[in-house]
Amino acid sequence: MSSNQKITPNRKHVLDLDDFSKSEIDNLLHSATVMKEVLNRDIKKVPSLRGKVILTLFLEASTRTRVSFEEAGKLLSADVINISGSGSSAEKGESLLNTALTLQAMRADLIIIRHPLSGAPYFVARHLDHTSVVNAGDGRHAHPTQGLLDLMTIYEKIGSLNDKKVLIVGDVLHSRVARSNIHGLQAAGAEIIISGPPTLVPLWLQSNDKDSPITYQPNLDVAIQGTDVVMALRLQTERQASGMLPSIREYTRRWQVTENRMVSANNSAIIMHPGPLNEGIEISSSLAHSEVAAINEQVTNGVALRMALLYQLLTFNSESTEELAI
Amino acid sequence: MNNLRPVLIKGARVINPSTSLDSQGDILIVDGKILSCEANITPPDDTMLIEANGMVACPGFIDIHTHLREPGREDKETIESGQKAAAKGGFTTITCMPNTEPAIDNAPVAEFINKKAQDSGIISTLLVGAVSKGRQGIELSEMEELANSGVVAFSDDGSPVATGHLMQMALTYSKELLNSLSGNYGLPIIDHCEDYSLTHGLGVHEGWVADRLGLLGYPSAGEEAIVARDIALAELTGGHFHAAHVSSQGSIDLIRQAKLRGIKVTAEVTPHHLTMSEEWVMGIHGESKPSHPLSLKAYDPMAKVSPPLRSIADQKALVSALREGIIDCIATDHAPHTFSDKAQPFDEAAVGISVLETAFGSLMSLVHSGQLELHTLIHRLTLAPIQVLGLSNLGLGNISVGSIADVVLFDPELQWEVNPNDFLSKGKNTPLAGEVLKGKVKLTIAKGRIVFDSENKMLDVRNSFA
Amino acid sequence: MANERLLLNSSDMRRALLRMSHEIVEHYQGAENLMLVGLHRRGVPLAARLASCIADLESSEILIGSLDINLYRDDLTSRPQPLVRPTTMPASIDSKKIILVDDVLFTGRSIRSALDALVDHGRPNSVQLAVLIDRGHRELPIRADYVGKNVPTSTQEIVEVRVSEIDGKDEVAVVPISERRINS
Repeated sequence: MSSNQKITPNRKHVLDLDDFSKSEIDNLLHSATVMKEVLNRDIKKVPSLRGKVILTLFLEASTRTRVSFEEAGKLLSADVINISGSGSSAEKGESLLNTALTLQAMRADLIIIRHPLSGAPYFVARHLDHTSVVNAGDGRHAHPTQGLLDLMTIYEKIGSLNDKKVLIVGDVLHSRVARSNIHGLQAAGAEIIISGPPTLVPLWLQSNDKDSPITYQPNLDVAIQGTDVVMALRLQTERQASGMLPSIREYTRRWQVTENRMVSANNSAIIMHPGPLNEGIEISSSLAHSEVAAINEQVTNGVALRMALLYQLLTFNSESTEELAI
Repeated sequence: MNNLRPVLIKGARVINPSTSLDSQGDILIVDGKILSCEANITPPDDTMLIEANGMVACPGFIDIHTHLREPGREDKETIESGQKAAAKGGFTTITCMPNTEPAIDNAPVAEFINKKAQDSGIISTLLVGAVSKGRQGIELSEMEELANSGVVAFSDDGSPVATGHLMQMALTYSKELLNSLSGNYGLPIIDHCEDYSLTHGLGVHEGWVADRLGLLGYPSAGEEAIVARDIALAELTGGHFHAAHVSSQGSIDLIRQAKLRGIKVTAEVTPHHLTMSEEWVMGIHGESKPSHPLSLKAYDPMAKVSPPLRSIADQKALVSALREGIIDCIATDHAPHTFSDKAQPFDEAAVGISVLETAFGSLMSLVHSGQLELHTLIHRLTLAPIQVLGLSNLGLGNISVGSIADVVLFDPELQWEVNPNDFLSKGKNTPLAGEVLKGKVKLTIAKGRIVFDSENKMLDVRNSFA
Repeated sequence: MANERLLLNSSDMRRALLRMSHEIVEHYQGAENLMLVGLHRRGVPLAARLASCIADLESSEILIGSLDINLYRDDLTSRPQPLVRPTTMPASIDSKKIILVDDVLFTGRSIRSALDALVDHGRPNSVQLAVLIDRGHRELPIRADYVGKNVPTSTQEIVEVRVSEIDGKDEVAVVPISERRINS
């Protein structure tokens, strides 16, 4: 990391990674490594966000992401209040707009939102004047903190991404993780290859036109050759019922990441998965529990990364002029 | 009507497509009819004088695709508010689509709307009847009774005609019906062409923009599949199929081929499909690319419309097809909604745009950019739609002696900023808020009455004119 | 800088640190269980130099840690957003004799934060404070145990400690607040 990079301030919301520069990502990941040290202490709590109110508004079932954000907020001493779909007014017919305005009126400093509809965090952010919005996953669109924690994990495991090949395998069409990771990986300078059923990859990405920074290769045995990172996506089993896949069995045969297939990847290649894993579908069971799998590290990094992000957003001051020098 | 004072529009550039007229002159209106249209008219006593100062006068615009929401959703629009909005937009005839609640599938509902429209009485309001009972897509409505009540076409708009079989029956049955306004036989079937199994009722074009936003896309094929079906059925039955709000290059090709083969097919296109593209859903009004970061304007629910705004290539093809006449006319698909209908995440927001008051201003961008001649635009807004409905003999859409005095006066150069709060429509839902348009309707006369005047001071009222 | 006033040159600094090392060793009667913990940023190299002096005096390795106090500040939203830096402890601080090292002692708030930060790492036997410059203006009941130089200052002045590891040279100067460097 070079010195004399200005901290990138002026960020109020985190909605996707598409508006993050490389230096902003680098700074954030640097902070995350500091937070990881805090996370590894016996006493994990620091007082930096004392008196800040963070609301998690999860209108779609999710445990791991919510808990990760909650832990991150609490370790920084913020007050974290959880609102979930089942307990909220969403089920009493209150509109998302009114819910968001109510939470702002309660002087929340930051709202973390998970929503089944793409773009819902943009909608909320557009209507709030004072409160920061963090996207914890919106429909098929984006999951920026997952993208960042994946980058953090890759940097830890294999270092710089320049000229490295990253393979994303599976249901790209429905994957917010893939969409955010593509932005982050592009910013980091990686070469991106996609493999998966043609029914589950956006048509415009399959054209492989020369303007596209992404290559689609339906044959996983070809796509995996020489890759440094293999990122498997979660497959929703209902894709079979909705006519998008012949069967899970056929998917597994063609696109499961296995030891045999990993032989043609680079020696140091790692395997990642955003979780929760369908064992024996996206990745073979033995591989998922092998040392090349970075899946548990992803979870730890998720907390550290979210701590760094919350810290950055809630200690924001526009006059920031301090320089990064390590 | 007979008690109206005469009106003289003085010094206008008069454009009248039906007589290919484009010259400076005056228009004298007496008793709701055009009495004369020539240079230097000397008006009778007690004439209202309107100084046009070289602005353009042309037949009032005719919209054959308007959603008025009454009865059922009077919070979105009423017949009266819709008529006022239309008059402000330069329209002197609008056409109420049948997806009211209840639907216009029987004579009492048609008569209710006719009566309301006459009571309001600002401009003419035509009716489209439902193809099927309750727009359920199962049984034909009582089409003959509806025709007798004055409906000029049939449609299940809002939804497609549900099955090929029903479309076949509708095209066959409507062929023999008497149009009670024109006295001619045969009423068109207007189809909202959408294969639900491909579109899921979505609001964004299938392509990189949809994927960029993580939204499911509505492919052009979802429209084209039904356009192709309906053309084949029009050929089979000899009925008249009118394609509503055509949006894609593929549909244009199908319609061009069908017309070449002599099949009775007509088509319309909306102002928004002619002037906007899929990028508008990202809040970007022009070209963009996948690497461009989204802003807080992204997922603009105001740009959610069905069929969706398509690619810039589609948009250009639509303008060409309109110019060539492959697409016959412009229709607004005016779809007013309440604030809360639209203040939703994109996938849950209501579908449609409030168009009547911005249609002309936005369409003029095509003239100013050289893509469309002014007289072609006026033709597609006046004579062409009335021909699609087979109502040419009603004296609408025409400024010649004896015609109904529906006249609009507009300033083609005047720039104005769109402010939805100024809309007379109850629907403030437009993606054009804050946009500056060039070309504005200044005055609308319907059946000889001034029904809209942008600034009362230009109305020079004199009790006697010597 | 035109209006700055030099307080210590590099020889002065070296002598001050050497004297402080002697005082530390004298106080503890050796260096057993001693751990020096520098506060980011300039306390870190100063701690390393003190440790080196003490190691020479006592012929033993001295443990050196670094502490980032930004996560413990009480003024986070009223000042430019600080960059968090790594906290490193070479060993458990339990039962250690800790000496916090910083460049300038001013209001005492940084040291207050440092004490909070430190106790999250364990329970030291004792904590003392060593600073190169004490410039007065305390806002909390905190004092230094070892001081390189006491300097009376005005609140319109900044004391800048420069160390070769970060600034390319060793010196201490007083600068008017209007000419404050940004690289604090």
